Amino acid sequence: MSVNRIALIILLLWAGLAILAPFLPLSSNEVQLDKILQAPQLSAWLGYDDLGRPILHRLIIGAQTSFYVAVWVTVLSLVFGCFIGCLAAYLGGWVDELVVRVIDVFLAVPGILLAIAFAGFIGPGLSNLVLALSLVGWVGYARLTRAQVLSVKQRDHVQAAKALGSSTGFIMRKHLLPLISAPLIVESSFGIAGIVIAEAGLSFLGLGVQAPDASWGSMIRDGTMYMLISSHMVLAPGIAIMLVVFAVNYFGDSLRDRMDVRS
Amino acid sequence: MIAAFIVVFGVTCLVFFLIHFIPGDPIEYMLGESGQIADREALRHALGLDQAIHQQLMTFFSRLLEFDFGTSIHSKIDVATLIQLRLPATIQLAVISIIMALMIAFPLGVISAVRKDSHWDRVAMGFSLLGVSIPNFCLGPIFILFFSMWLGWFPVSGNDEMSSIILPAFTLATAMAAILARLIRSSVLEILHEDYVRTARSKGLSEANIILRHVLPNALLPVITVVGIQFGTLLGGAVITEMVFSWPGIGQLTIESIQRRDYPVVQACIIVISVSYVLVNVFTDLLYGFVDPRIRLLKNS
Repeated sequence: MSVNRIALIILLLWAGLAILAPFLPLSSNEVQLDKILQAPQLSAWLGYDDLGRPILHRLIIGAQTSFYVAVWVTVLSLVFGCFIGCLAAYLGGWVDELVVRVIDVFLAVPGILLAIAFAGFIGPGLSNLVLALSLVGWVGYARLTRAQVLSVKQRDHVQAAKALGSSTGFIMRKHLLPLISAPLIVESSFGIAGIVIAEAGLSFLGLGVQAPDASWGSMIRDGTMYMLISSHMVLAPGIAIMLVVFAVNYFGDSLRDRMDVRS
Repeated sequence: MIAAFIVVFGVTCLVFFLIHFIPGDPIEYMLGESGQIADREALRHALGLDQAIHQQLMTFFSRLLEFDFGTSIHSKIDVATLIQLRLPATIQLAVISIIMALMIAFPLGVISAVRKDSHWDRVAMGFSLLGVSIPNFCLGPIFILFFSMWLGWFPVSGNDEMSSIILPAFTLATAMAAILARLIRSSVLEILHEDYVRTARSKGLSEANIILRHVLPNALLPVITVVGIQFGTLLGGAVITEMVFSWPGIGQLTIESIQRRDYPVVQACIIVISVSYVLVNVFTDLLYGFVDPRIRLLKNS
């Protein structure tokens, strides 16, 4: 089996479990004190955590968390970043100057640190987490969109549309966006990998999903305290994150090759 | 240089406005329900929150110019002193992990380029893809489990012994090593096709000599660029890695202060980390001219 197919299976599993999670008979928050820290066994494939909750069930809820955070953050930052990037490149002048400066400022703060800061100041919780990550995430898309629009807006068909009196919005939708979508899709596929890591990282620090809800990051944090006696508590979510990020990165790589986008 | 100043100015503005992101009354949020009214007013005054917004910004900047970051709400210590205490540990960690990353990336990258499409190449590039895919907070605990608890080679956490730095630095180095190895591989592959390499071959130089004298110096430039750019990611990663290993650096200070809602310290930490990132990039720009005479000549002419 090729690596390509393995990556695809991991991605489908991740998305599928996330979407189907509400319909599965999960007892991810059910505390069973007689099963505390039990090792993987036939009735519970990944064992139980420090409160006797089945780790497999929590892993699936964690998949749901990371999947929806990834989707929301990507959509929000893509839309906002695209809009700002298009605006800057198309209007030029002081708007462009200002946007470039703002982008530079955002890029000067390490992304995860800025997200930590935003999350720290707005307060923990899932929707605040999405907001914090989007506040950081739009910058990359804005920069890419701006560069792409600048390079295609001088093309003949755009100039022709302009000469024919098409509105700016119409030109952007019909003539610019289709041309710049390929690099944006590739960028967002790598962006998703970053968001999965960032979500888990913030939840690891206690700034994301709040107890008792499960996130892979908070599962790792809980597990580090019991590492010596029950390493499965750390290993299960750790391997899950690794596989998903690996699959997304691999998918992004092959997408880039297929769409012929030079980095 | 001017661009760097504008960026630093912008970052401090951004950090200044962060405190206004707090929903509701920031003072109440920081002191909790139990805060006395007198304490609240004192803190509000100390943070300048009782002034108009443009005055607040002015005070914020004039204090920054004197390296006055205010006092910690939690420990009542001068924030600048706190940072002075914590910053060296982070610098130490960053420097050691960059050195480690280079030491891992160069052999991996060169071997996989020279033996392209061999098993060596595939294994090295597989490791590199794995390296970018494992987040620090995942790898850190796994290293602690394996090297500290099972093998007992290194201390679990803290900074009490010389060998304490090895695991956190290695954790931090993996991602950068992975990116650099891929970069070195592709630039070495490119350089191997250059005319001067063919000339060197036809002169009868040994393959090792060609790599060391002709290929590596030319592969250095993109490496410097990427180390500069990745330094930001490294600092961000350090924040989490320091938490995993209880490394007493500025990253740990940031997170602890966020958890204690000690916002003056958080603001100062973000400014210090971002400014050091900007400084490193100014430094790498200067380093180009030193490493590549072509750029130096271009600038002079």
